[in-house]
Amino acid sequence: MAAVISAAGLARTFSTRSGPVEAVRRVDLTVREGEILGLLGPNGAGKTTTLRMLSTLLAPTGGAATVAGHDLAGDPAGVRRVCGYVAQSGGVDPHITAREELVTQGRLYRLSKAEAVARAAELARELSLLDLLDRRTGALSGGQRRRLDIAMALTHRPKVLFLDEPTTGLDPGSRADLWDLVRRLRDEHGTTVFLTTHYLDEADALADRLVVVDRGVVAAEGTPSALKREYGGSPHATLQDTFLAVTGRAPAADAAPASV
Amino acid sequence: MFLHDTALVYGRYLRQSLRSRFALLFGVLTPLLYLLFYGPLLTGLPLGGTGSSWQLLVPGLLLQLGLFGALFAGFTVIMEKGQGVVERMRVTPVSRLALLLGRALRDATVFVFQAVLLVLAALVMGLRAPLPGILIGFAFVALLTLSLAALSYALGMKVRTPQEFGPLINAVSMPSMLLSGLMLPMTLAPGWLDVLSHFVPFRYLVDAVRDAYVGRYTSAHMLYGSLVAVAFTALAVTVGTRVFRTAGA
Repeated sequence: MAAVISAAGLARTFSTRSGPVEAVRRVDLTVREGEILGLLGPNGAGKTTTLRMLSTLLAPTGGAATVAGHDLAGDPAGVRRVCGYVAQSGGVDPHITAREELVTQGRLYRLSKAEAVARAAELARELSLLDLLDRRTGALSGGQRRRLDIAMALTHRPKVLFLDEPTTGLDPGSRADLWDLVRRLRDEHGTTVFLTTHYLDEADALADRLVVVDRGVVAAEGTPSALKREYGGSPHATLQDTFLAVTGRAPAADAAPASV
Repeated sequence: MFLHDTALVYGRYLRQSLRSRFALLFGVLTPLLYLLFYGPLLTGLPLGGTGSSWQLLVPGLLLQLGLFGALFAGFTVIMEKGQGVVERMRVTPVSRLALLLGRALRDATVFVFQAVLLVLAALVMGLRAPLPGILIGFAFVALLTLSLAALSYALGMKVRTPQEFGPLINAVSMPSMLLSGLMLPMTLAPGWLDVLSHFVPFRYLVDAVRDAYVGRYTSAHMLYGSLVAVAFTALAVTVGTRVFRTAGA
């Protein structure tokens, strides 16, 4: 399958009062069309920074990337038209109704008023939000709000959907619902989903392929079973052990190369 | 597209303001208190102007309303960053300038509305001024609040917490108020203070509005005030847009 995202040497250095901080040092990765890719890594490894660069929120200080055929540096507007992004915090005003947020979002994507209203209804149907449309978003449960966040990001039928820790803070039932939703998006619409997570069971159950970043570089990548075989020692290894081996936070650290 | 985007962002935030009617009226409270309890002290004093003391005080209070109100506009963007609203909008194709201008125009609208309330109250207290002069005063309030709100949003995008934001704004607003002669004209000041106040842009604005309130529409004060107001607005919107385009760190 064709690559929908390819990044080469992507880097971001923040300048702070105590000197430069290399949040992302060099990320090379490829995401294939229709794939669910899980980005794993310890806190501070550069997951969110990578996601924010690929979604045009943050300009890279090095390297290059294309998203669905649009060059990140040369055509950020093109990238914005083809990707949706949900931050870990979500992105709705708690005082506004779900309907108003969805319609405004449609208008931000340059739909006419009538189109935006129709698209809001369509998204609400698809993401089981119909009964919640007239509630203030602050009154929604965590799982409901997460569905709304995703509905907002799907307004323009993006080819690529970026989700930053989409299930953090959700109860187990809502998490399972969200996994189903992500799979359904891929199966029904062919949407490529690029998500970060701290939950290894989530990565195992949901992602077709994993990329592990550590200290701002890619430390390993592959399908969950290939990673378990290579780093965990056997296909039956837990992803937990594999992860610890890759990120060098366990005795097997020496087995892990610094980058792949 | 840019006008469409600006109107959209403006509409969103104006609806937000209209939802909190209390806050809409509350902003006018401080200048209203000055009008009621400070204004009467000036009526018998030799202030050096050609008009009444109200024609001197009300222009100052209008700019005070704008100065203290619009400088704090950026607080809301700090909250919105926490909610993720800012990033959610920044990944859409919406114009970056519209994200700033839609917000700042909302603020200008709210402050002109409050300025109208304040002038109505001043008329009751005894202000008499020509209508064109009063309208020119509102135009200055609009430009001042547009530019200060734009700068405030830019600062709000840069700082992480309201705790960092508040002291910075206070450090700007109090000296600006005192040094631009909002409460009493700087012509009363000793030489050094008068000179110092010429380095504060708001000095030129208040002088211009005071001239407008006594019907002098072609004075040098009016010319300088207009130039400073327009230049300051252009500068503020440019700075603000740059920050909205690149911010994220």
